[in-house]
Amino acid sequence: MNSFVTDISASPEKPVGWNRPELIAESGDGELLEVAMGPHHPSTHGVFRMDVALDGERVIKLRPVFGYLHRNHEKIAEGQSYLASMPFTDRLDYICPMTNNWAYALAVEKLTGQAVPERAEYLRVILGELTRYQNHASSIGFLIQEMGASGTPLMYAFREREKILDLFEELTGARMMVNYMRFGGCRVDASPEWLDRTRMVVAGLGGFADEFERLLRSNEIVMARTQGVGVLSAELAVNAGVTGPMLRASGVNYDIRKVDGYGIYNRFNFRVPLGDHGDVYDRFMIRLLEMRESIKILEQALKDIPGGPVVDPKAKSRGIRPKAGEAYGRIEAPKGELGFYLVSDGGANPYRYRIRPPSLINLTVLEDMCLGSDVADVVLIFGSVDIVLGEVDR
Amino acid sequence: MKTAEEIKSAIEAAIPGAAVEIVLNPSPSGQHSLRLAPESALAVAKFLRDDEELKLDYLSNVTGVDWPDSLESVYHLYSVEKKHGPVILRMKTVNRTDQVELPSLTPIWRSAEFQEREIFDLYGIVFTGHPDLRRLLMWKNFKDHPMRRDYREPDDFEWEPTAHDEVLKRSREQGSGIRDQKDGVSAGQ
Repeated sequence: MNSFVTDISASPEKPVGWNRPELIAESGDGELLEVAMGPHHPSTHGVFRMDVALDGERVIKLRPVFGYLHRNHEKIAEGQSYLASMPFTDRLDYICPMTNNWAYALAVEKLTGQAVPERAEYLRVILGELTRYQNHASSIGFLIQEMGASGTPLMYAFREREKILDLFEELTGARMMVNYMRFGGCRVDASPEWLDRTRMVVAGLGGFADEFERLLRSNEIVMARTQGVGVLSAELAVNAGVTGPMLRASGVNYDIRKVDGYGIYNRFNFRVPLGDHGDVYDRFMIRLLEMRESIKILEQALKDIPGGPVVDPKAKSRGIRPKAGEAYGRIEAPKGELGFYLVSDGGANPYRYRIRPPSLINLTVLEDMCLGSDVADVVLIFGSVDIVLGEVDR
Repeated sequence: MKTAEEIKSAIEAAIPGAAVEIVLNPSPSGQHSLRLAPESALAVAKFLRDDEELKLDYLSNVTGVDWPDSLESVYHLYSVEKKHGPVILRMKTVNRTDQVELPSLTPIWRSAEFQEREIFDLYGIVFTGHPDLRRLLMWKNFKDHPMRRDYREPDDFEWEPTAHDEVLKRSREQGSGIRDQKDGVSAGQ
C-alpha cells in the first residue's frame, strides 16, 4: 500500500498541508530520475506538463507547469464589449460550454440587475444538467481508458455524449461552441419537438448510467487501481479551494446548487452524493451518482417547463454599459466552482474580467495527492481531478 | 450572515489596531468589500478563517485589478461550514512601479497559491510570504506583466520568420528561445 504524505498540521508560517520537498537530491538511496510528463502526453488531456522526480517508481516531487495554452483570455475580454466575450467563454472548458455561458451570464446579470424569464431559467437548468451528465460520463470513460482499456469504454461514454451534443446542435447550431446564453435569458427558444427529443434522450440516460456503474463497481482491476489511491483529506480539500465532485468525494457537503440556489435550483428535488475516502475511486463514484441526480433534475425540469419568452424583449444584451461597480457570480460547473468576477467603470467594456477556473485551482493539491505513490498512479490521480486545459491556462 | 459593518467591528474588536475600511459597491450585486491595511492583513485573515461565527474557511477567488494609481488584490471568501459568503477583502499597493508588495494569504488559505502566482505573473504584485512565488503562465524569463493596462505587446517577435536586429534582441531578452538556434533554449520554465 502506498504511504501518503499528508501532514496537515497548520502553522501560520507554512500553509496547510505544505509538504513540498525543496531539493531533489535529499531522499532515498540510489539515483533519482526526473521525468517530464507532458506536454505531449496522452494522459494529460491537452498540453500540460508535470515535472516528476522519481525514486524508483515512487514519486517524491511533482511540479505542474502551466501556460502552454495561455492566450490571455482575460486581457482580450477587457478589450471588447460584454457580449463579445460570450462566444469566447465556450472555449474555456470546451467540454462544458453551456455552464461557462451560464456562469458568465449570471455574473453580468448580477452586475446589471437583469431578471431572467422563467422559461429561460428552466432551459438553463436543462442544458446545464445535460452538460454535467456528458462531462461526467466522458470523464469516467477517460479514467478507464487511462487504466489501459483502450477505446471501447470511452466510446460508450462518447456515444451518450453524442446524443446530448446532437441536442445542443439542434438548439444552438453548434455542438460545442454553442454561444447560447444571453444576459437576461437565452438566445433562441426551444421548440416543442426539441423538448420531446430531449425527453426521449433523458429517458435513455438512466440505462447507460446503470451499465457504466456495473463497469466500475464489478471490475476488479478498476477497484485495485483506484481504491486508496490519491487520497485527499477533507481539511486540505477545503483549505486548498478544491470544489466540485473532488471536494464532495472527500466527504465535504458543499454544492453551490444547494448553497446559493442560483437560477431555480431550489425548486428541484435532488441529493448531493458524498464520498467517504476521498480516493480516486470515490471521485468517480461521486460523478456517477451525480449523473443519476442530473437525470432526476432533468426529468423534473422537463415536466414543469412553462411557456413564455426566453428573453425579455425589452432587455438589452448588445452594447450594455453597466453602472460602475463589481460583481462576482458563481455556479456549480461540472468540474467545480466556476466564477466570473467583473468590475465595471461604467464603460462598454469590462474594466476587469476575471475567471475563477475550477480546473486550475483543483490542481493545487495534485502534488499532495501524488507524493509517495507510483508513477503509474499519477496518471490516474491526475485524471480524477478532471481538468480541461482551455480553462486551466485561459 | 453578518453585514460588512458587523464584520468590520468584529475584526476591530478582535485585533486592536487593524485598519479596515468598507468599500461600497453601488452595483445591484450589493457585494461590499473590506479594504485591509497590508500590515495587519495576515492577522485579520487568520481571524476570519478561525472565528467561530464567521468560519470563512474557503477562499474561492483571488484576483488582481490594475487601477491608475495602484495595484489591488481582491479575495472572495466563503464558508463551507456555515454556507455563507461572499466576504470580499481587498488590499492596495502603494504605487504601480516600485512599491508593489502585498502580504500573501497563502499561509492561511492554500487555494491562493496558484492564484497569487498568477497575479504576480500577470500584474506584478509581489506577495511577501508566498512559499513558491514563480510565474505561473508566462515563461520564467519573460519580463513584463501582460494584464496591466499600460502593457504594450512587443512586435510579434515570436513569429517573425527571420528574426534579426531589434526583434532578435528582444526575443533573446525575453528568453522565448524561438528562432534562437545557437544555444537551443526552450520556452519552458
